Amino acid sequence: MALRPGSGQALLQLEDVTQRFGGLVAVDKLDFSIDAGSIVAMIGPNGAGKSTVFNLITGIYAPSTGRIIFDGRTISGRKTSDIAAGGIARTFQNIRLFAFMSTLDNVMTGEHARMRAGVLDSLLHTPAQRAEERRVRERAFELLRFVKLEHVAEQYASNLAYGMQRRLEIARALASDPKLLLLDEPAAGMNAKEKGDLIDLIRRIRDLGVTIFLIEHDMRLVKEISERITVLDHGEKIAEGLPGVVCDDPKVIEAYLGAPA
Amino acid sequence: MRRLQPYLLFGAAIVLPLIFSNGGFVNFLADAGAFVLLALGLNIVVGFAGLLDLGYAAFFAIGSYTFAMLASPQFGIHIPFWVMLFLASGVAAVFGILLGAPTLRLRGDYLAIVTLGFGEIVPQTFLNLSQWTGGPNGIGSLDQPAIFGYRFGFQALPYYYLILGLIGVAVLAANNLRASRLGRAWMAIREDELAAAHAGINTTVTKLSAFAIGASFSGLAGCAYASKLQLVSPDQFGFNVSVAVLSMLVLGGMGNIPGVIVGSLVISSLDRFILPQLTNFMHGFGVAIDLTNSRFLIYGVILVLTMLFRPEGLIPSRQRRSELHAAGDAALAEQTLYTEAVP
Repeated sequence: MALRPGSGQALLQLEDVTQRFGGLVAVDKLDFSIDAGSIVAMIGPNGAGKSTVFNLITGIYAPSTGRIIFDGRTISGRKTSDIAAGGIARTFQNIRLFAFMSTLDNVMTGEHARMRAGVLDSLLHTPAQRAEERRVRERAFELLRFVKLEHVAEQYASNLAYGMQRRLEIARALASDPKLLLLDEPAAGMNAKEKGDLIDLIRRIRDLGVTIFLIEHDMRLVKEISERITVLDHGEKIAEGLPGVVCDDPKVIEAYLGAPA
Repeated sequence: MRRLQPYLLFGAAIVLPLIFSNGGFVNFLADAGAFVLLALGLNIVVGFAGLLDLGYAAFFAIGSYTFAMLASPQFGIHIPFWVMLFLASGVAAVFGILLGAPTLRLRGDYLAIVTLGFGEIVPQTFLNLSQWTGGPNGIGSLDQPAIFGYRFGFQALPYYYLILGLIGVAVLAANNLRASRLGRAWMAIREDELAAAHAGINTTVTKLSAFAIGASFSGLAGCAYASKLQLVSPDQFGFNVSVAVLSMLVLGGMGNIPGVIVGSLVISSLDRFILPQLTNFMHGFGVAIDLTNSRFLIYGVILVLTMLFRPEGLIPSRQRRSELHAAGDAALAEQTLYTEAVP
């Protein structure tokens, strides 16, 4: 326990979580927790069940058995939108932006759950609605500056270059003011320069007080950035701990490269 | 200047029937106006929220029949027209929610088929509930609107101004909604429902609100149209009406308010002027083809041509047009900018 970084308080806890799809066990009795304020990575070969874990946390699936506890409340089985409003934001392995909306509108949409305007406010543009829109727009611009996209605020998201789309997804996720940010392969398709910027960005996000949980295949990035690593194979946790230790674990090497002949 | 444009056009619409005061033309304008209202309402469902609704005429029918049953000798109930406007759009909105609720899990083709079914069920229901709705004969001698003792009568002009006023309200409403929390949520669902849910948007409530608000517009249109015609009957609300309104959106520019208005005016004038004129013209040459009977063939051709050559519609939003043209180079320029300039 002394090795755990961060405040030592679990922000997210998975208790004995299993997810079956028909006969396939995608996630098997998974137990782990993430401390508030830390950067944690989950690695594992393709098909190990990493994305399923994300989908369980964000409520796309309700676990077959087990419990997921976030910030002291059980969230497993709740609606995705409620979980998102409760402080968990994510990005996707395949970028999922609102393509035919402006960059700015993408980020403003991310603030949806923190806004109050109802149907009538939206219809009538009441003074309260206008004030809220102004506030939300300013905050969206702040976030765009944070990810260095303010110069393309009026562009459609679909027109942005790949690396910019990745950053826009992060900005949209941050707009909901999350306690926990899930990044699904954020460095996929990035060049070395872009990866360097990404590491810097992730650290800056953590410095804002956001806990970060990422799935990533790039081991150099994972080792450099994460304070703890969880390794998944065939839906089971096979190793967990500090980056240096986990990566030398024979079980992990076996999962990636196969058993020695 | 740009900001003045809508007001200038609205002003032009006010004086237009005073300059061209031919009764038939004013009558056409009033009917076309009712379709503009319908198109603005369907635009909220299809254009903003991306929910393909092929049975929109059902809500037009519900709005019209609500007015007909509560403001006619049918049951001897005569609720004033101005109250009925609110009531009919409210009833249509409620049915928007009732018919929307079972479709929430459906998308694309499946949603289209179910809404198509609703579009058929509703007029059939009105046809078969003859003890209340007059069956195939419908309900006639509907109450005429009156304002400060002035009765609208049988001329089209007052109805035109009524409908024009409703269009003004509908445009303001649609425009406000577009630039709001709810409007962004609709568009987010249109673009990517899963990502929208992850942004904290309750997709159930948001979709139902699109169905309800879209339907309420057609409640207004139904009320105004029925009072002008003084008659409702089930055959006014067939599949062809749903298709015509959808064609207006596709032709004009889905999701864009000026585009939707232009699209509906083009289709209406095609229906009422251009095709009959062309038919007469061809009869003059001894070609006995009635183009008005093949209007749906012609709508179909228009839709196909629009999709092939101008998928964004006649008047896409200014932003989108510039984006579509500058897209390639902008992305390229940004790429270089990003790799070089960001520390």
